[in-house]
Amino acid sequence: MANIWVYMETGPAGLTKPSLEVLGEAKRQAGGGQVTALLLGKGLDEAAAQAGRGGADKVLVADDDRFEPFNLEAQVHALLPALQTSGADFLFMPVSTHGRELSSRLAMALNSGLAVDVTALENKDGALHFTRPIFAGKALETVTLEGAPAIATLRPNLFQAMDEDASASAAVEPLGSEAPGDLRTAVKEAVAAALDKVPLQEAKVIVAGGRGMKGAGEFKILEDLAEVLGAAVAASRAAVDAGWREHSDQVGQTGKTVSPVLYIACGISGAIQHLAGMSSSRYIVAVNKDPEAPIFKVADYGIEGDLFEVVPMLTDEFKKVLA
Amino acid sequence: MKIAVMVKQVADTAAKIQVLPDGSGMDYSGVQLVLNPYDEYAVEEAIKLKEASGGEVVIFNLGPDSADEALKTALAMGGDRAVVLRDPELGQADASVRAEILAAMIAREEFDIVFCGKQSVDSDTHQVGPAVAQKLGMPAATFITSFALDGSNATVSREAEGVTETLEIGLPALFTCTKGLNEPRYPSLPGIMQAARKPKEVLSLADLGLTPAAKVKVHGLSSPPPRAEGRMLAGETNEKVSELVRLLRDEAHAV
Repeated sequence: MANIWVYMETGPAGLTKPSLEVLGEAKRQAGGGQVTALLLGKGLDEAAAQAGRGGADKVLVADDDRFEPFNLEAQVHALLPALQTSGADFLFMPVSTHGRELSSRLAMALNSGLAVDVTALENKDGALHFTRPIFAGKALETVTLEGAPAIATLRPNLFQAMDEDASASAAVEPLGSEAPGDLRTAVKEAVAAALDKVPLQEAKVIVAGGRGMKGAGEFKILEDLAEVLGAAVAASRAAVDAGWREHSDQVGQTGKTVSPVLYIACGISGAIQHLAGMSSSRYIVAVNKDPEAPIFKVADYGIEGDLFEVVPMLTDEFKKVLA
Repeated sequence: MKIAVMVKQVADTAAKIQVLPDGSGMDYSGVQLVLNPYDEYAVEEAIKLKEASGGEVVIFNLGPDSADEALKTALAMGGDRAVVLRDPELGQADASVRAEILAAMIAREEFDIVFCGKQSVDSDTHQVGPAVAQKLGMPAATFITSFALDGSNATVSREAEGVTETLEIGLPALFTCTKGLNEPRYPSLPGIMQAARKPKEVLSLADLGLTPAAKVKVHGLSSPPPRAEGRMLAGETNEKVSELVRLLRDEAHAV
């Protein structure tokens, strides 16, 4: 039995999917212990109710302008005293840019162990064992954590959110943090991306292009395919280094590590550093002119052919069957 | 402007590095070791800043003796001097231990800015930068893709999930750097010649008065499960495409 606090993030559509997945896993691992959701931001009534329906026994809310947009200093200041007196065994968080810097600071301040990018959890003789990829997935390490609360950040798409229980509701209480002193960090601007743009690491389907795309404009055919599939578009290092895509689109050891349900690699040869970043995808499709390309070794389904012919055909075919 | 840069030596990302058969660690034999790719952006930004407004760039490194090679790259790019702690065990210690030591090494002097890579491409924790900032009581911004100095404030931008942020941070502060921030220079030949003669201070845990305790216990490493043999689809292009769509929908239920 463990008491687990869950740090939850909100987006334009309420609690984010990765946050609900983390909450679901916390509920499973708590084994009858209490699951407490943490919400910091502005206008959180609906999100708090949603956390209750998603498995939280209790919701602690800090509803204040200083938490929206995200300000790392303000967050650490608000969370640290609450965590120190929480009596919780673990703090679970979704993997995200904000979650990474927040969990690192909190772990250091709490003198606690931290496991990031966790892909599997197992309770062995009462101790939680966390498995996480290292070397971008070339190896996995299994760890236990010292300190309380110890912190783990969980990867999206790997853990199940609870089915919403419409009748469930959690006690909602204020987090009760004091006002911070002078913050030395000011968020000058926070520009939201287009609403229909799926963050790469949360995407269920990813369409990726490599050197074989030949140019920036040619990515249009991948965007068309992605639109039909509700997918995110990614790129290999070769395509990013050529200046065809932003680095934030890069998948691989010097980019992002992703684990979607479906990864469609177009014109990507499959360099080791790229395979490291995507080979934990559930299904991999490769489209490449070169039948010897290493990408075919990890692909579930391979099409040897000209991507400029195959991809538009694929888009049309999906349009037909998904219509 | 006094700038600290933390660097780490890592296995080249092109290396086919594998887990040792007994799961006790990684097999580094025949693996080329390099300066962590993200640290190159940190070193470059520090040197650019020094070139623009003067000051000193001090390179900090924790690792085995062989990490001197990566250090040399950072010095050859333009770092002025180095402060290192040499210990074969601690180089791979958990991130909180490394952060505690690096913070203590940096805290012996007063710096305006600390730069490092957003992550090292071996342990992949993204943890050391913000943890050092916490220990030093500094604000921090991670994953920065632009940096501009205005008096005692820095303005940086970075991309998080679904949002692009511009932050203004009062110095002293720590920043973790990612691709897009700059184009790291190649060390010049004179730079490489000079690197060997630049001052290097070697510290021990005793010098720092530290006995750091691990917060993470590693129970073993394993290789990721191998992927099952895939299949190449046959036929004319249109036949391959409709077969693929059928398989993804009916067999894999992936769409």
